[in-house]
Amino acid sequence: MAPKDLSIERRTIAVLVDNEPGVLARVIGLFSGRGYNIESLTVSEVDPARRQSRITIITSGTPQILEQIKAQLDRLVPVHGVSDLSQKGPSVERELALVKVIGKGNKRVESLRIADIFRARVVDSGLEHFIFEMTGSTDKLNVFIDLMRPLGLVDVSRTGVVAISRGPTGLLS
Amino acid sequence: MPAKKMTGSQMVLKALSDQGVDVIFGYPGGAVLPIYDALHQQNALRHILVRHEQAAVHAAEGYARSTGKVGVVLVTSGPGATNAVTGLTDALMDSIPVVCLTGQVPTHLIGNDAFQEADTTGITRPCTKHNYLVKSIEDLPRVMHEAFYVARTGRPGPVVVDLPKDVLQAKGDAYFGPDQVKHSSYRPRTKPDPKAIEKAIEMIAKAKRPIIYSGGGVINSGDKASRLLTRFTRTLGAPCTSTLMGLGAYPASDPQFLGMLGMHGTYEANLAMYNCDVMINVGARFDDRVTGRLDEFSPNSTKIHIDIDPSSINKNVMVDLPIVGDVSAVLDALLKAWTKGEHSLSQRALKEWWKAIEAWRGRDCLSFRSVDSVIKPQHAIKRLYELTKDRETFISTEVGQHQMWAAQYYKFEKPRHWMTSGGLGTMGYGLPAAYGAQVAHPDALVIDIAGEASIMMNIQELSTVMQYGLPVKVFIINNQWMGMVRQWQELLHGGRYSQSYTASLPDFVKLAEAFGALGLRASKPAELDDLIMEMIDSPRPVVFDCQVDQTENCFPMIPSGAAHYEMLLGPDDKAVKPVSEEGMVLV
Ligand SMILES: Cc1cc2nc3c(=O)[nH]c(=O)nc-3n(C[C@H](O)[C@H](O)[C@H](O)COP(=O)(O)OP(=O)(O)OC[C@H]3O[C@@H](n4cnc5c(N)ncnc54)[C@H](O)[C@@H]3O)c2cc1C
Ligand SMILES: Cc1ncc(C[n+]2csc(CCOP(=O)(O)OP(=O)(O)O)c2C)c(N)n1
Repeated sequence: MAPKDLSIERRTIAVLVDNEPGVLARVIGLFSGRGYNIESLTVSEVDPARRQSRITIITSGTPQILEQIKAQLDRLVPVHGVSDLSQKGPSVERELALVKVIGKGNKRVESLRIADIFRARVVDSGLEHFIFEMTGSTDKLNVFIDLMRPLGLVDVSRTGVVAISRGPTGLLS
Repeated sequence: MPAKKMTGSQMVLKALSDQGVDVIFGYPGGAVLPIYDALHQQNALRHILVRHEQAAVHAAEGYARSTGKVGVVLVTSGPGATNAVTGLTDALMDSIPVVCLTGQVPTHLIGNDAFQEADTTGITRPCTKHNYLVKSIEDLPRVMHEAFYVARTGRPGPVVVDLPKDVLQAKGDAYFGPDQVKHSSYRPRTKPDPKAIEKAIEMIAKAKRPIIYSGGGVINSGDKASRLLTRFTRTLGAPCTSTLMGLGAYPASDPQFLGMLGMHGTYEANLAMYNCDVMINVGARFDDRVTGRLDEFSPNSTKIHIDIDPSSINKNVMVDLPIVGDVSAVLDALLKAWTKGEHSLSQRALKEWWKAIEAWRGRDCLSFRSVDSVIKPQHAIKRLYELTKDRETFISTEVGQHQMWAAQYYKFEKPRHWMTSGGLGTMGYGLPAAYGAQVAHPDALVIDIAGEASIMMNIQELSTVMQYGLPVKVFIINNQWMGMVRQWQELLHGGRYSQSYTASLPDFVKLAEAFGALGLRASKPAELDDLIMEMIDSPRPVVFDCQVDQTENCFPMIPSGAAHYEMLLGPDDKAVKPVSEEGMVLV
């Protein structure tokens, strides 16, 4: 029998689906029903003409579980294709965060200074608050948000990761 | 000329007849009254009125399993749909093609907690292969045809189509037939990868101790698959075992057949699985009832797995070579490649292998001691088999010991003659499944081998068989106990028989009579044959109360979580046993 690999890996999986009612519930139900992890899940329509949406999921598990996840996703009727971006080769992963910080005086100046270093943009400001917009890898966002915590962080909203493979091939090719 | 306007209900019926449906199993209610009205005005479709919606789905499963066609169910919204859920889950677990039409409140009321509203697509999402809510009559023809296509193809399964009442009453002129429906994302693979076939042939050709482990996928694939399985097995000269769901795909009387494997499988089948060097899984899914303890499951074999569903592969057991495809197509390709390459197995090795197998077979693990004073349940099923084997007989079962004894002692020679709830293990499955098969095969002998506890779960269906004159025979192995539960309590819970005795059982003969059926009772071995013959010869539905030894246990048994060689062969075996010598012989 082929040996079983028990190491836990993290994967980014992209799924192209028909944008029909219930499709997201099907995907999420699959993960919860079978006890798979979801670290992040994003979805949006990407082809209005064909009514197709793209779902990006970050999950983790043993190689055997990860193969199961892909096979189970692929077997859903409205799924057009499943691509394991972590395996397919290099890919670009991005996440966007909106971060609200309130405060006065030094703290306020410090938050702006750090935002500058991280190339976060100010998208809203008042005398006592800033809203920063930042795009980048999940790790970079985490670091930025951690730094903002002592400086008056009150709200964070994150999109979750979107990803796409590098190079000239598409998801279905 | 513009097409004639049709109501949604008429479209539903038209789509059913275009899909070749001749019978539906259903139960009316407010939300589906428009369909019942349309049914009333036509003669092409037969409707069988069940007594509980769960039974409607099981009946459709019996119909589907015994014909290879899609079974069709029609139920109302709310409680009609929720009652169907057990049946749908059963069909999903056993890969049975069913289309279930559910009524729904009108679209403008959805989400308002309207009378008899339930979130049917939400509730049935995890227990169907796919489901649809039809929100407009324009979508209706496409969805109907897609539903049949999805239910029938690939790995078959149940599909729900939820039909709001206003859609059923709306008028449209856009009906079209099945041939115009193509699915854009759903395209199951049926043809195997030629490279995988080549590789498989290489692996098989090296085998010294091969085994074929066949399953329900062979039945799903159609009668041709069974013929090819038989040819393939005989060409190789290898032993063949089958799961509960695959029984009948390979003729049971053939000397190359080792009987069922798994928890209540034969000694020879399980030890051959443990000791084989090349395993060819044909349409089976390495279920835990079959594998026992995973780290001890056939530890030294190279495994080839033929399955149409990629998610079945490497789910429980890691295999060396997956072949994704339809069983018929794969076996056909394998046979062609084998013959073309003029391959053959080492006859010397094969002879040694069969010698070991014959020694295991010599243990005669299904033997039991008959006595004159009381009917042994195994004896009852053996006699039932002997007295019915020369007829066209279909067998269904409920769930429990009687189900396992039926699998062990009834020898199935042909596919599609055996209907049992394997994956979900649903008590109450057998009677509706039996009459579903009887509807499809009116002249055949159809017997539900039942337990007295299970039969109570859908006993109301006797009323259905009476209404349609379906001469189904219910053969109750009556041991007064939930036997399978009692057996586990005896072996694993220190004999503390908590709630497993069925007090206040009905008098089954009188019960049969109350429904208008024939009731028969046997309690002594001497009267058994005559009474079975009376049952068979009766043109009426029969309830046969076969009173058997109440303490009998079902053996062989691999306690769950144990390995194949840790099998208990009879009442004198102890549960935790050191590895038996036989199991180690070839390791
Ligand atoms: C009380 C009780 C005891 C039981 N004890 C046992 C036991 O001792 N032994 C036993 O075997 N079972 C037993 N079972 C049944 C068990 O739970 C499983 O239902 C059964 O083992 C599964 O059978 P299978 O592997 O053939 O798979 P099925 O459930 O029949 O699945 C079929 C497989 O074939 C694939 N397939 C479908 N169509 C095709 C096609 N056209 N081409 C290729 N592949 C296809 C499917 O994808 C799936 O993987 C018991 C059940 C109960 C209730
Ligand atoms: C709906 C349902 N509930 C509970 C069970 C658990 N269960 C499995 S076998 C069994 C006992 C069946 O008793 P009976 O029908 O008399 O059959 P026997 O085992 O005695 O042959 C029970 C309760 C089940 N399989 N299905």
